[in-house]
Amino acid sequence: MRAEDQAPFVKKLLLHLGASLTDSIRDLIPIIGVIAFFQLIVLRQPIPDFGNLLGGVVMVVVGLTLFVHGLKTGLFPIGESMAHSFASKGSMFWLLLFAFALGFGTTIAEPALIAVADEAARVAATGGMIANTQYATSEYASGLRLTVALSVGFAIAVGVMRIIRGWPIHYLIIGGYIGVVIMTFFAPPEIIGIAYDSGGVTTSTITVPLVTALGVGLATSIHGRNPLTDGFGLIAFASLTPMIFVMLYGVILL
Amino acid sequence: MTGLVNFFDILIATIRDVLPIAIILFGFQMLVLRRRMANLRQVLIGFVFVILGLAFFLQGLEQALFPLGKLMAQQLTAPEFLGLDETAGAAEAHWQQYLWLYLFAAAIGFSTTIAEPSLIAVAIKANQVSGGAVGTWGLRIAVAIGVAIGIALGSYRIVSGTPLHYYIIAGYIVVIIQTLYTPKTIIALAYDSGGVTTSTVTVPLVTALGLGLATNIPGRNPLLDGFGLIAFASLFPIMAVMAYAQLGEWQARRIKQRRLREMEN
Repeated sequence: MRAEDQAPFVKKLLLHLGASLTDSIRDLIPIIGVIAFFQLIVLRQPIPDFGNLLGGVVMVVVGLTLFVHGLKTGLFPIGESMAHSFASKGSMFWLLLFAFALGFGTTIAEPALIAVADEAARVAATGGMIANTQYATSEYASGLRLTVALSVGFAIAVGVMRIIRGWPIHYLIIGGYIGVVIMTFFAPPEIIGIAYDSGGVTTSTITVPLVTALGVGLATSIHGRNPLTDGFGLIAFASLTPMIFVMLYGVILL
Repeated sequence: MTGLVNFFDILIATIRDVLPIAIILFGFQMLVLRRRMANLRQVLIGFVFVILGLAFFLQGLEQALFPLGKLMAQQLTAPEFLGLDETAGAAEAHWQQYLWLYLFAAAIGFSTTIAEPSLIAVAIKANQVSGGAVGTWGLRIAVAIGVAIGIALGSYRIVSGTPLHYYIIAGYIVVIIQTLYTPKTIIALAYDSGGVTTSTVTVPLVTALGLGLATNIPGRNPLLDGFGLIAFASLFPIMAVMAYAQLGEWQARRIKQRRLREMEN
């Protein structure tokens, strides 16, 4: 790209970022308002280290702006273009393997999951569920992570299968709910809270856009599927199966 | 200076998180699909934006909002603030004493959901795919209201000490009934919105709130009662989004009926 071509490109990019900067500020006003209200009026305490706080808020705004831009130019296009390529390749095996790998790979390293698994292991050790040793807790935490990652991989693969076949989503979800309820009666009570929570923490900020773009892309490429009705739903599976799998882990282990 | 070092650490951590995803994507692209991507340059630049954006976002949250939010969750659940003395049991504490706490729970649930990047992503896509029928803000506000109700009710559950699975099973029954009466096109999106709400911004603050409550309220065990708020925050948005769709449909029907009446006159 020559220098004179680059100038309008940069200008367009800056204009675009400027517009989404105001969106990001608007997105953050509620959280700032809530914290200010409770700190100043309910708890009646001054805001500590105001300069630092302001700096942090500016970083959050800049970060959100850059992320949303990257989302539209990077994550969405690659998710959709790969969905189209898989649909035209027509190999179910590779598509399902890709879906599983995407679910498993993005979850195993998910920081929120690592935090929750460590916390769960710590709590389990102090509660006497497992031996209070370094080895036992780290075994327990990594077992939990592996279980959740396997279940998310499985969920995305089943979800992709559903889009291809055009199964109505609510039968599968209701089936999953029944699975959760049945497992609740068999699982040790200590693991139920963690199991229910693990459904929510699996889907990270990078996974969600990619998986959404994959689903919508597949539903767009396959004849007879509606992107709105059939394209969404992958995240729903990914937040349901970990509950069942983690309770199963509890039944087997404890 | 420490801020810069911190930022660098977070940047490295973000790259490490994105790396396995990038390997899977580009690995399948090159080895299985064996096709050059049409706009590879733009996608790669997009990834750089995503990594930088997330690093800034996380650094800012950890520098500013998380310490304050977690401190506030602790202060609002502290026995002195709740007016519990050591001798009084939980049964004697009235729910009014916890009013500020429930309000905080709802407000923090609502506001963190509005700032949640993955919800922004789903809202953008849903708006695009539905041809504008699903409004970005309508969806986000519906989800945020769902999370607010969920976190407040989840806090009430910890305070009252009732078993988690009763609430969740009751919630499932409501979701199943709502599914029967909701426009088909929105069902998958509604189910999805349960999972996307609890992510980068919401989880740390809500976890701090739950563990603070379970630790401070007499008779509660952090192991049994501290978890479960995330589950509430993932269940209630499903109901809220379906309710939003039902409301939209009902309104459209009313307008249509009014038009028909006007035409008859």
